Amino acid sequence: MSAHLLAELLSPAGAVVLLPILAAVLLALLPMAAVAAGVAAWVNIAAATATFGAACLLPWEQHAGTLLLVDGLAAHMAILTAFVAMTTSWFSLPYVAVEAAAGRLDVRRLRQYHALFQAFLAGMLMALLSNNLGVTWVAVEAATMAAVLVVGLPRTAEAVEASWKYFILCGVGISLAFFGTIILYLAALPAFAAGPEGAMAAMSWSALPAAAGHATAPLLNLAFVFLLIGYGTKAGLAPLHAWMPDAHAEGPTPVSAVLSGSILNVALFVILRLRGVMAANPEALAPGPPIMALGLLSLLLAAFSLWRRRDAKRFFAFSTIEQSGVAAFAFGLGGPLATFAGLLHLTLHTLIKAAVFQCIGRACQLKGSQLFADIGGLVASHRALGLTLAAGIVAVAGLPPFGLFTSEFMIVTNAIHLRPLLALPLGLGLVVGAWALAWRLIGLCTGEPTPDRGPAPSLAALAPAWLHLAVVAVLGLAMPASLVAWFAAVAGGLR
Amino acid sequence: MDSRLGYGVLSYDLAHLLGAAVLVLSFVLLYQRRMGAVINTYAAQAWVLAAAAAWQGWSQGAPHLYVTALIALGAKGVAIPLALHNIVRRLRIHRSIDTALGVFPSMALGVGLVALSIMVVLPTTLSRGALTREDLALALSVVLMGLLMMITRRSALTQVIGFMSLENGLILAAVGVAGMPLVVELSVAVLVLLAFVVFGVFFFRIRERFDSLDVSHLDRVGGAHR
Repeated sequence: MSAHLLAELLSPAGAVVLLPILAAVLLALLPMAAVAAGVAAWVNIAAATATFGAACLLPWEQHAGTLLLVDGLAAHMAILTAFVAMTTSWFSLPYVAVEAAAGRLDVRRLRQYHALFQAFLAGMLMALLSNNLGVTWVAVEAATMAAVLVVGLPRTAEAVEASWKYFILCGVGISLAFFGTIILYLAALPAFAAGPEGAMAAMSWSALPAAAGHATAPLLNLAFVFLLIGYGTKAGLAPLHAWMPDAHAEGPTPVSAVLSGSILNVALFVILRLRGVMAANPEALAPGPPIMALGLLSLLLAAFSLWRRRDAKRFFAFSTIEQSGVAAFAFGLGGPLATFAGLLHLTLHTLIKAAVFQCIGRACQLKGSQLFADIGGLVASHRALGLTLAAGIVAVAGLPPFGLFTSEFMIVTNAIHLRPLLALPLGLGLVVGAWALAWRLIGLCTGEPTPDRGPAPSLAALAPAWLHLAVVAVLGLAMPASLVAWFAAVAGGLR
Repeated sequence: MDSRLGYGVLSYDLAHLLGAAVLVLSFVLLYQRRMGAVINTYAAQAWVLAAAAAWQGWSQGAPHLYVTALIALGAKGVAIPLALHNIVRRLRIHRSIDTALGVFPSMALGVGLVALSIMVVLPTTLSRGALTREDLALALSVVLMGLLMMITRRSALTQVIGFMSLENGLILAAVGVAGMPLVVELSVAVLVLLAFVVFGVFFFRIRERFDSLDVSHLDRVGGAHR
């Protein structure tokens, strides 16, 4: 038994989970002198790159074990998460150097920053690859706590407020999710044989969808409501989205980049898995409409909120809420095509938003402020940064040639086909949001340059953003047939 | 095993009594107006929770629940309250508590929440044993009361106590569901993370920044105008 578990941990999937944990421990124990010499950033980069390498092996390692479940969806999400973490760790190197030079981070906090970054990554990857509802929950909670700590790291009044709000709101959300987990277990129990083996199986993601048909429907409904609200909080879905703008605006920028894409993906991933469990039981509540309702509400709320933001990082956090809403809406629509579009949307948005946050973070360092009023004329004064940021914002707005246009187009056409009345508010939200983005794009990138109050960005700091945008442009213009087949296989494997 | 249980059977009666005592202590938490008393009430709730977990361990024949009980007793019943008293003394926090809501409205809301959770849980769990059903209803009430406490209190310290009381409700739910694997592991994870975050970081940072633990200061930098 234990040899069997050990073999599982030593497989590539096990390595994906264990590498960041080991790196986090190593970084936390690193001597101060080594941190001051810049070793920590390189350890972070090495660990994140190795994790990404291991994650790339996952599509050929699909299996359902006692501890880990690697299916198409989990493999896809893990690769995406590890990729963004890797490029962000590259980006961290110059970013953190500027922060340290400005005296905003001392050596002690630098070490905490790198250790927490890896702990955060470990939590997310464990949540994605675990084959146990309980472990997924613990991993999401661990990732949340790491993120809470890292958001409060700058220790300004705003950062403390943001991390407090994050802790309280996500604490409540995650507690509701735990209650939901217990009820889901109780609902699934009659479908399995009595005894510890059956009890263990009733908490495993791989066995649940097949057995859900024999589960108790009213209990499943109750569990679903708690889990949807709980994990919806983490996905930034309204009405519990309030932590997100603060956490993004006040935390270190590399964290905003990872936070924006990845923790939200993990939460939507769990919701997607739940959808499969619920759909397998004909007597249970249809999972689509509630997910769609939350998605649409978040989209509309965020799209209109965008117009009132004066803080650039807060603005893009609202844009993340908007896109999370769009993806949730697509998952709620159901059917392989809408799920395909939702997955594509999620993937592309993660890549684009990380690039945008990397650019905006450098722009904020350059101008010494996060307010739109202080950032302007970037193309004229810093051509590379300005053009990259402009490309990123065009991509987020869902304009061609970038891939988000494709996924949004597919989602809207699907909505017209399946739920024509809901297509109207969906279209309205998308247009209002894109309009706000275009308006801010003009202010940020064109016109008279505002005075610089920080060091100019090096080209190395922009390389990760270029990589992301290049991937997104290729996916928008000519998606390779093998990738289409991969997305279709992942989406087709879901109910 | 559950189906044979009902009123008059010792294991059922005692489990019911302990679960109800946890809930009553939630009401006491909502009612207390002095910081020291709130911390002591929280400690008492953890002691009762430990007793409930131990009793469930005995009646279900699940020895791993004794570990859960020990954790509740040692950490939540002793270590955390002592640390909280220490913080109150060292940071010279006001001994009385500001609330956003008076005693009567908050108690009335609390009663409403208990009624709500009974109405939600009992009809949906008809197929389960009486013990599990009522335990879940009690646990959900404790969870909702914790939420209520977090909403109606202004001090960071009492918000955290509300949050930890909410977690007590979660543990109560987990131990009441017979045979749930990983209960021990989950409760350890919850606890370690909580203690780590709350004590290691927040109080000192908030105090350092605002010279008070009143979270209404945190609204000063709120997002509406940005």
